[in-house]
Amino acid sequence: MKSKPQIEVRDLRLSYGSKEVIHGLSFDIFHHEIFGVIGPSQSGKTSLLRCINRTIDFTPDARVSGTIRVDGEDVRQTRDVHALRRRIGMVAPLPVGLPMSIYDNVAFAPRCSGLKRKDDLDAMVERCLRQAALWDEVKDRLDSLGTKLSGGQQQRLTIARALSHQPDILCLDEFSIAIDPVTTMRIEDVLRELRQEMTIILVTNLTQQARRLADRTLFLWNGEVVELDSSEVIFSDRPGRQQTYDYVNGIFG
Amino acid sequence: MNSSPENLFTETPQVRRKLRQETCAKWVFASMAGLMIIPLLLILGYLVQRAWPSLSLGFLLDVPTHGMRDGGVWPAFVGTIYLVFLSLAVSAPIGILAAVYLNEYARDNWFNRIINLAVINLAGVPSIVHALFGLGAFVYAARFGCSIVSASLTLAIMTLPVIIASTREALASVPRSFREACWNVGATRWQTIRAVVLPNAISGILTGIILQVSRAAGETAPIMFTGAVFFKAVQKGAILPYSLTDQCMALSMHLFTLATQVPDVKESIPFATAVVLMGSVLLVNTAAIGLRLYLRAHKKW
Repeated sequence: MKSKPQIEVRDLRLSYGSKEVIHGLSFDIFHHEIFGVIGPSQSGKTSLLRCINRTIDFTPDARVSGTIRVDGEDVRQTRDVHALRRRIGMVAPLPVGLPMSIYDNVAFAPRCSGLKRKDDLDAMVERCLRQAALWDEVKDRLDSLGTKLSGGQQQRLTIARALSHQPDILCLDEFSIAIDPVTTMRIEDVLRELRQEMTIILVTNLTQQARRLADRTLFLWNGEVVELDSSEVIFSDRPGRQQTYDYVNGIFG
Repeated sequence: MNSSPENLFTETPQVRRKLRQETCAKWVFASMAGLMIIPLLLILGYLVQRAWPSLSLGFLLDVPTHGMRDGGVWPAFVGTIYLVFLSLAVSAPIGILAAVYLNEYARDNWFNRIINLAVINLAGVPSIVHALFGLGAFVYAARFGCSIVSASLTLAIMTLPVIIASTREALASVPRSFREACWNVGATRWQTIRAVVLPNAISGILTGIILQVSRAAGETAPIMFTGAVFFKAVQKGAILPYSLTDQCMALSMHLFTLATQVPDVKESIPFATAVVLMGSVLLVNTAAIGLRLYLRAHKKW
């Protein structure tokens, strides 16, 4: 954790139209840590992720200022935004199985970046589905539709898809919002293993989830950093700010 | 109101009034919707009844004889197929590509607002104005003459805005979350459109196009000045009687001619022509419905 940060955010500001929703965030995320982001809705958590992988570009009236560096490269200046997005796996709050077969769901991203050979694709699909703890349930019906899986399975399919382009960073945006506690626990186990290979940004509404998983936790409030510290401090009886204590313990928010 | 437990499910006057209103409203709406069937059935029944003496397969395959007072409608039927097919072959690709741009790529700026405005206004232009435009642009300026090409292009311009609108609607019905999922894994817009958006919008797009068949087949005004003629001598049952630079007969035009220009025509012949026109349109529409049912049964989400 003393090494060079993988993601550097400096004075990030974001506004939709005339309304500023992120007011100057600055923080670092280091290699192979699970970085928790907590905060109530409207605090800018999702927008932050969308700034990092630049899908914010698809929102017409969004304006971003400040810098975000991923491995030293400024994401807003990058030449190949698609390559940037492939370095960042993104899992959305609601599971999205694309309307194609389970196999094609996972093989979609590798195909988009030019991987054609059947053997390579097969190996890739199996590896990602295994990593997402879905392989055993679907290995006999890889050609059935991804949209016909149950919600929890679809969310693991989404994770498999996010892993399919071999990202260095995995962002999960409230991944457990639509799935049951058992599946959530299984995915949390998956994440603990994945951190050996990549950095994980875990945005969550469940403060207990951040406490269980995150090494460090960022508490966002209305687009500003309230507190950023190791999870032991944030979730202790004496965090740096009273506001943090109140939020984590459900006294407000 | 009494809300003690034993009275919770008894009918009060208020509940009865509510139920009465509900029943009443339902029947009013249902009867209005049901009324829609009546004109269609009446039109069809009336046409078939009046056309009955002339209706036969021979009527479809025969050419008009005795100064159009006898014989069939084959040249007009084939001419209509030519015009419809050619006009859609032009307007469908352009319309689909334009709609993909407008729905998937276009940002909200003045240029795209002008395109939108143009599409909406083009859809509102009366068909007779399209006819005059076609006459000026294709017959004279482009020197296609009065020909199938000119008439088809005129029809194409007429159907284009509607195809754009229906295609955009079909594209917009594909959930945005699918697109976002693709963008998140680094797919370009075009990769997203090809892999997810188009395959799932195709049923709506096709339905929209097929519904334009009836419009292109039915309009008389746009083809009247640009390529359709009263009479054209054609071999009986010939499959490809026209070349693209020929003028041709068309069912709608033929019907107009029989009804207004030919004296002493047997009464059942115009009606039989109308039955052929409506029958082919209904057949195509049925195909559209069938296609939509099939694709909806295979809907993927």
